[in-house]
Amino acid sequence: MNYIKGFFAFWYDFIVGDAGEVAAGVMLSLLMLYLGTHYLGSASGSISSYGAVLLPLFIVVLLAYSLWRVRGEG
Amino acid sequence: MGLMGLTTHWWIGLLSGFLASGVEVVEAVTIVLAVGVTRGWRSTWIGVGTAAVALAAIVAVLGPTLQYLPLDALRIVIGTLLLIFGLQWVRKAVMRYTGLKELHDEARIYQREVEQLSAEPQAVTAGGMDWTAFTVAFKGVLLEGLEVVFIIITFGISAGDIAPVLAGSVAAAVAVVAVALFIHQPLSRVPENTLKFIVGIMLTTFGTFWAGEGVGLSWPGEDLSILGLLVFYAITSGAIITLLRQRRAAGGKVASKA
Repeated sequence: MNYIKGFFAFWYDFIVGDAGEVAAGVMLSLLMLYLGTHYLGSASGSISSYGAVLLPLFIVVLLAYSLWRVRGEG
Repeated sequence: MGLMGLTTHWWIGLLSGFLASGVEVVEAVTIVLAVGVTRGWRSTWIGVGTAAVALAAIVAVLGPTLQYLPLDALRIVIGTLLLIFGLQWVRKAVMRYTGLKELHDEARIYQREVEQLSAEPQAVTAGGMDWTAFTVAFKGVLLEGLEVVFIIITFGISAGDIAPVLAGSVAAAVAVVAVALFIHQPLSRVPENTLKFIVGIMLTTFGTFWAGEGVGLSWPGEDLSILGLLVFYAITSGAIITLLRQRRAAGGKVASKA
């Protein structure tokens, strides 16, 4: 059991590290875009186009937010 | 195919592999040099070789296996991982640029490793094996190499061609090891943070592109939007660095440990 916990802890630390908010924000935004482009009927086309602009903007905001948090904790 | 005919994916894959591998091999070389100088080279080289074989085996097994999975699903999963991983590199590089985290200092890391390894008792077995040297060298190369392997596999599979990123990685590893063997000291002049920042921007760019494609986004200009994303992330991250430096100059914070 400890090996399994250790295995997942290693990969969590390897990919997510000390910024869980970055990983959570990325996954949440992609999940919302996926749902929007697949299940919103006629609006899906617009989401598919506008999402290509909104996603990079959101990523930068997420980065800034994460750094702002570190600065606040410093 | 001529040089001009190679795609954006191919060139950026080659460059990403080269830079990512270069920066990680520099870190691994520091550990290996410290182990070799303090504990002797035989067990150290065996540790390095074993780790290299393990890393090659991971690429050889995972690379072809993952190619059989459906591309759309794979792009979402791998694009997401690449995006998170790339953002972490950019975030850490920005923190180091702005003093929120200490810069990686290879000379200091080397000194610390030498002191720790010198303090360990010499315990060579009957076969002439120093297990401390083997373990530290093996672990150092394996852990630093895993990041490169992760990039090679995710990048290679998403781009549909593992060759450019693999070629870039091998070329950088050979170049860095050759320089290290020649000068026989840690490569402290390599601008590691800048390399990590550039690779982070590249991984974030491709992660965004592939994950976006996977979830159903229509990128304007298709592959050309990769360059747009690259420029956008570079400029905005640069602006964040400038802003944080200005804020820090106005009322500083103490850097956390690297």
